Amino acid sequence: MDSSKRKRVKMAEVVFDEDDEELSLDEENIISASEDEEEVDDDRKHTKLLEAISSLGGKRRRMQAERSEASLQVSEFSVNAEGAGEKVQLSDLLGTVEKTPGAPNKTKKQLRNLQNLKETLELPLSRQQTEKIQRGVAYERSSTEVSRWESVIAQNQKAEQIIFPLKQETAGPKRVEQVVAGWKAQTPLEQQIFSLLHSNHQPVVDPVLTPVEEASIRAMSLEEAKIRRAELQKARALQSYYEAKARREKKIKSKMYHKVQKKAKRKDFLKQFDEMMKTDPNAALEELKKMEMSRMEERMSLKHQNSGKWAKTKAIMAKYDDSGKLTSESHEVTEKPDATTAEEPVRNQAQDEDQEEMEEENEEEKLLRHFEMKRKLRKDGDDNLVPVAQQEEDGVLEKPVGDVQEDEKEEEEEEENDEEEEQEEIVSEFNTLFNRLMKRPQKRTEPPSRKVTQVQEAELIHEEEGLLDEGLVHARTVEDLEDLGHDGIVEKEAVSGSYAASVDTASEPHGKKKRKEIDPSEVLTKNANAIKVPLAPTLVEGDEGEEEEGVSAQMSIIKEAFAGDDVISDFLKDKKKQEEAGQPKVVDLTLPGWGEWGGVGLKPSRYKRRKFRLKPPPAAPEKTRSFRRSQFETCIRSPVGQTWNTQSTVKKLTAPKVVTRLGSIIEPIRKEDFLKEEKSAAALKNKPQIVLEEKNRTSRRPGGGARGEQKKKKKKK
Amino acid sequence: MPDKNQHEGLKRNRRPNKKFISGKKDPFPGEAPIPEVQLKKFQRGKKIQKLKNVKKRAKEFIEKSEMASNLAQKQAARYDLMLPEDAGFLEGDEGEDTCTVLQEDIAEAVDITSGAKYFNLHLNQFGPYRLDYSRTGRHLLLGGRRGHVSCIEWQTKKLMCEMNVMETVQDIKWLHTEAMFAVAQKKWLYIYDSNGIELHCIKKFNDVLRMQFLPYHFLLATASATGFLQYLDVSVGKEVAAICTKLGRLDVMAQNPHNAVIHLGHSNGTVSLWSPNQREPLVKMLCHRGAVRSLTVDKTGTYMVTSGLDRRLTVHDIRAFKPLHKYFLPAGASCLSLSQRGLLSAATGDVVQVYKDVWGGGKISKPYMAHRVRGSVWGVGFCPFEDILGIGHGEGFTSMIVPGAGEPNFDALDVNPYRSLKQRQEWEVKALLEKVQPELIGLDPGLLSKVDKVSFEQKHKERVAALGYDPLANEKFKPRFKKRGKSASGAVEKRKKKVAHEDQRDVIRKTVAEKLQREKERKESAKQQGMQWKKTALDRFKK
Repeated sequence: MDSSKRKRVKMAEVVFDEDDEELSLDEENIISASEDEEEVDDDRKHTKLLEAISSLGGKRRRMQAERSEASLQVSEFSVNAEGAGEKVQLSDLLGTVEKTPGAPNKTKKQLRNLQNLKETLELPLSRQQTEKIQRGVAYERSSTEVSRWESVIAQNQKAEQIIFPLKQETAGPKRVEQVVAGWKAQTPLEQQIFSLLHSNHQPVVDPVLTPVEEASIRAMSLEEAKIRRAELQKARALQSYYEAKARREKKIKSKMYHKVQKKAKRKDFLKQFDEMMKTDPNAALEELKKMEMSRMEERMSLKHQNSGKWAKTKAIMAKYDDSGKLTSESHEVTEKPDATTAEEPVRNQAQDEDQEEMEEENEEEKLLRHFEMKRKLRKDGDDNLVPVAQQEEDGVLEKPVGDVQEDEKEEEEEEENDEEEEQEEIVSEFNTLFNRLMKRPQKRTEPPSRKVTQVQEAELIHEEEGLLDEGLVHARTVEDLEDLGHDGIVEKEAVSGSYAASVDTASEPHGKKKRKEIDPSEVLTKNANAIKVPLAPTLVEGDEGEEEEGVSAQMSIIKEAFAGDDVISDFLKDKKKQEEAGQPKVVDLTLPGWGEWGGVGLKPSRYKRRKFRLKPPPAAPEKTRSFRRSQFETCIRSPVGQTWNTQSTVKKLTAPKVVTRLGSIIEPIRKEDFLKEEKSAAALKNKPQIVLEEKNRTSRRPGGGARGEQKKKKKKK
Repeated sequence: MPDKNQHEGLKRNRRPNKKFISGKKDPFPGEAPIPEVQLKKFQRGKKIQKLKNVKKRAKEFIEKSEMASNLAQKQAARYDLMLPEDAGFLEGDEGEDTCTVLQEDIAEAVDITSGAKYFNLHLNQFGPYRLDYSRTGRHLLLGGRRGHVSCIEWQTKKLMCEMNVMETVQDIKWLHTEAMFAVAQKKWLYIYDSNGIELHCIKKFNDVLRMQFLPYHFLLATASATGFLQYLDVSVGKEVAAICTKLGRLDVMAQNPHNAVIHLGHSNGTVSLWSPNQREPLVKMLCHRGAVRSLTVDKTGTYMVTSGLDRRLTVHDIRAFKPLHKYFLPAGASCLSLSQRGLLSAATGDVVQVYKDVWGGGKISKPYMAHRVRGSVWGVGFCPFEDILGIGHGEGFTSMIVPGAGEPNFDALDVNPYRSLKQRQEWEVKALLEKVQPELIGLDPGLLSKVDKVSFEQKHKERVAALGYDPLANEKFKPRFKKRGKSASGAVEKRKKKVAHEDQRDVIRKTVAEKLQREKERKESAKQQGMQWKKTALDRFKK
């Protein structure tokens, strides 16, 4: 840190100063010219003119360097050479140094070197770049400022009801402190009194310190100021130094250099890591994880797909080897490595990573535990975090061979869990099926794949058609369900329904096709329960004595006699027609006689007919009730109106989102309202005249808090 | 129960573990429990069980509305206590059949007001009569076949109007209030007010045989001899739909009060279900071998009872379109009617029988009550909110007492039997405001509260097919081709990675950072706690 660095810093300072001079040089000339006009003396005028002319041509007069800030050590680079009118050369100073016997040789040498140095110094950052940095910083600051409000906004949006004004004054008597706390001088007399008190810096309510004393306390001491400035200086110097360094390194194109650099870095890091292992194992573990993550990400990318030595040789060898085995292997190589197969090559390939893996094996138990924990967390919390998920996946990929089996077991368990979940979903849809499934545990324990289970379920569904009443059968209440159960002997019957798409989406016909058609005649002729009526009807309808009705009654008797013959067949015909109308038809576009002989008795060839018969596409899947738009459905599930609810419920459900009290002023939310610890500057300005003890404690020394923070920062450093 | 209580955010705990000064504990802490049965009674729709793959905002919303539903349900169940009236049935002595109990005996046994509700009107000149009770059950409309029309406030026996329209009267029906009624006369449909003044003659509706009024839609549905089913919107006086059923003379008609679907019975033994939105029947089902003589649907829209010329009486479950029970009546039932509490009246010739538990229990073998009237029965109807069955027959009208027929508790906001004129007027305005549009009539009235995802998807698919691209899809990032190996697969992948999930990145980053922070804090606090545990007496010298 020391001498060389300090020198650089100082040099930088000098450079800055010189820049300033150059900028202000022209201005200086102009000013001097204007001053000249006021002079009366001709000689002087003349000499001035000469000077001015000479200055235009050759050497420019240098402005004397001014030191803009006080520093502890006076730099020899910015010493004023007053009266000389010329720039102080380094050699002027050096000459004296050479002569002085007391000066150490080292410094002399350094100075000489300095003199011979031809390098120019780096330019400061361009305006655009500095502005960019400033903008970035400003954005950060303002975004944090704005994001403070986010929670408040979210809360207010979520709130069922907001009552304005937000600060409700509680009714009833108040304590004296509360009343006095917000008091302000209003009448002229009061104002006068308070202005007098304030102007004389008199305490208003028994404060321990007068405002003057407070101000003196608040002000920084000289020492502190010095320290602060020194810090700032240092920071500035460091910044420029790092900038320069980075710029230089950036320019280096040598690959070798970078390689070495990287290696050195790695070594350094490892050393640090070892140290950390000893001192702070937790942090080390975290670091390890980070490393592992980055490595995994790297390995996961397609970049390293076939770049391994082994893979390359395999690929080359595949060309020459005609045995199918190798080629197939080479084909495998090109594919993304599997969880189990990819282990070997990956390990062989990266030698320096072996170390890490050794460590990893040490930490494996911890990692496993960690995964377990993460998994639990994930199960608990709904919101999945991306890195966690990734980590888990990667973890599965990268486990060493020894653990693969265990992992597989885990995976199997997971899969089973997943499958169970899926099944549960399906099961919840078919409540009746559920019990059956539960009775067959052996089928559930070995589900090879999801498709198979689905097929099984489909079969089950077909088997249990009788149990499963799809479509329109949905019991509205439990009692109804019970009724259905009791009735048991529900017969299937012919229903011809052409449900309009717009009106009805019931999926009855789907199940119906599979059902065996039951002869409706059987249904209708099934024995009905005869009811004994104690009072037999005295009048037969035909005997009513009316001509018109007599005829109709006659007809009805005839119909009754011949009932049941044509009715059923008619109905069935009708039903068939309806069903056919619903189905898409084959369009026959064959034209007889085109491309072949036509005429009476000649049919177009089978090939042609097949070619020109347009088969309709399979019918669109039946609309199923797989509605999962829960947001709308829950919202509309229960009515809000008075007709369906009790009065209190209606009031609660229809309560307005925002309530304002009549006549009260609604002020925008202030920061202080939700950030209790932070007092804005505005609030401090608006301080009431009387401040009581309670409030004093918090707001007396606003400077103190900031200073405290500084001290803390120092400690951290 | 405990998790339910957690969900109740809106609920205020009346006494949240409040302790008495004496130190006594509250033996019944919290709110009074509500029996499950009552809760179930007021359940509306299905609760959503799982909330998987739902975004946070939506989840909050869903939870909030679920909470509101729960609150409404609980409150309603709690207030159910305030319906004190209970229904009872006629119970015979041991060995006595309830159906042999005579009306006169019942009238004698019950109190005077109830006893006065059994009466006969001898109107042998213009019969047989059809009848209709108003929705409140206070007013009775009688229409004699030979033109006699009268409306009566039947409980006070006050005659509101009486006239002879000098034409055949096929059917009569009250409209939404007792101020107006429709009469299907020989040729056209007429509308009169309660004073008997003819308001409208609607010539578009000719040869009407049967009528039904859908109170929440303000629709008058008519079935004509020419096979037309027509809907008249009585609030604006417009014909909503006219459907040619092509099924012959339509003289059997009923409405499903649950979903306002009209049921028509036909001479070929089928029953067809109609809505004004569709030219074809919604459902057509074969119920009888002979013609259908009469049909009726219960209040919940679950069961339909039909009778046919084959002398059978069938109970159908119209959710599944399946017959539940079949009965054989000695002489087939000509008129059917269901009461609010599910009693079935069937008229065979001049005998009216009332059946109990038609669908609930097992098969019935005998009627609950029976009554013989003078002429052959032409129309039957239960009076709402009263234990009364009105019978219109050839010799006039009979009001019969049927214990347990009417709903004992009425909803005063919907139909209030005791409403004043002012209340009726206010109700009318509100009902008109809440009028349901005829487009909403369909088999499932709850369909409106569901999202038709399937047809949306189908439409979207068609749209995609028509446009050739998916207008709703996010444009996929396609890396530009670059030279010098920058479009190698690895590089491309890298570039893709750079823009992947661009929209969510900030949020994810933030939440992850927050989570890590929290985790860190948690760890620190845990560590500190651990430290505290370890603290020894010597620690005080440590600095």
